[in-house]
Amino acid sequence: MTEIEPSTMWIVIAGLAFGSFGLRFVFIGLVGDRPLPDWLLRHLRYTAVAILPALIAPLVIWPQATGGQPDVPRMSAAAVALAAGYWSKNVLVAIFSGAGTLYGLLYLLG
Amino acid sequence: MSFTTSKSIYWRGFRDGAPFIMVAAPFGTLFGVFATEAGLNLMQVMTFTATVFAGAAQFTALQLLLDDTPTLIVLLSALAVNLRVAMYSAALTPYLGAAPLWQRAVAAYFTVDQSYALSVVRFETEPDLTVPQRMAYFFGTVTPLAPAWYLATYLGAVLGTRIPDSWALDFALPITFLAMIGPMLRTLPHVIAALVAIVTALLTAGVPFNLGLLIAGTAGMMAGARAEVVLARRSWNT
Repeated sequence: MTEIEPSTMWIVIAGLAFGSFGLRFVFIGLVGDRPLPDWLLRHLRYTAVAILPALIAPLVIWPQATGGQPDVPRMSAAAVALAAGYWSKNVLVAIFSGAGTLYGLLYLLG
Repeated sequence: MSFTTSKSIYWRGFRDGAPFIMVAAPFGTLFGVFATEAGLNLMQVMTFTATVFAGAAQFTALQLLLDDTPTLIVLLSALAVNLRVAMYSAALTPYLGAAPLWQRAVAAYFTVDQSYALSVVRFETEPDLTVPQRMAYFFGTVTPLAPAWYLATYLGAVLGTRIPDSWALDFALPITFLAMIGPMLRTLPHVIAALVAIVTALLTAGVPFNLGLLIAGTAGMMAGARAEVVLARRSWNT
């Protein structure tokens, strides 16, 4: 972990603000009523389910809090949160199941 | 705009959106806490949350900044996380594309998971809605959510520094994201996309500048798109 320079932070905020608006505006604002190519929509459908797990996987296997050592409470909590979300289709149920598992195991394994 | 009908449809959107305060408020609080712990001041946290208005991308950017990632890679990775809103924009276009440009611009800013999901279902089930009525419904869905998001971020930022390490908030981000991913895994191609992305992310963890995230995300997207084509072809042949 390092300090984030304020100038870097402002560049990232500005870049993300314009970039995010651009992504939201590109079709509804610029394309309007014209149809879009199938291959593009097909790839866009899988962005969230690809990039979010890619971001999380290393944080689950090598958590920062333990200095990168694989950790039973954190891996179990991750598995429970994912499974609960998959079966219940409910984000809140999944969050509370995962958090409950994490705190329960951290307490039991001390 | 035909005000009487649009008005009741606006309130229907409001009622449909209101339960999602239960998702937006904890997620916003978590971002406020996380950003404050990362060293951002209140001004930075609130500007970030109000202008970007996309929790997952905001978390990604902060996480990568804390890992000393070059600014350009931070931006590219966080925008890649946000690519799904481009898909939402594309999905809403057939329904809202005929509205005035200023309305479409405002709608673009408010295009988030919930407003997209609620609106597309409503527009599909009620094809007779006029364009102004659809816009009214769309804005109705985000009316309870946006203030809840800003306020929750503010509260998280104010409380942030007072939360002790024993709460293990380091792991709040993985749990929250995994909880969001679960319900998204609706079809086999979605599962394949996620698995390919996870395996690639772990294999590319040593690639400099956290570029592994972009590589893994791209691999997962391509795997999902490919699986969809293969499965569709197979179901035609049988």
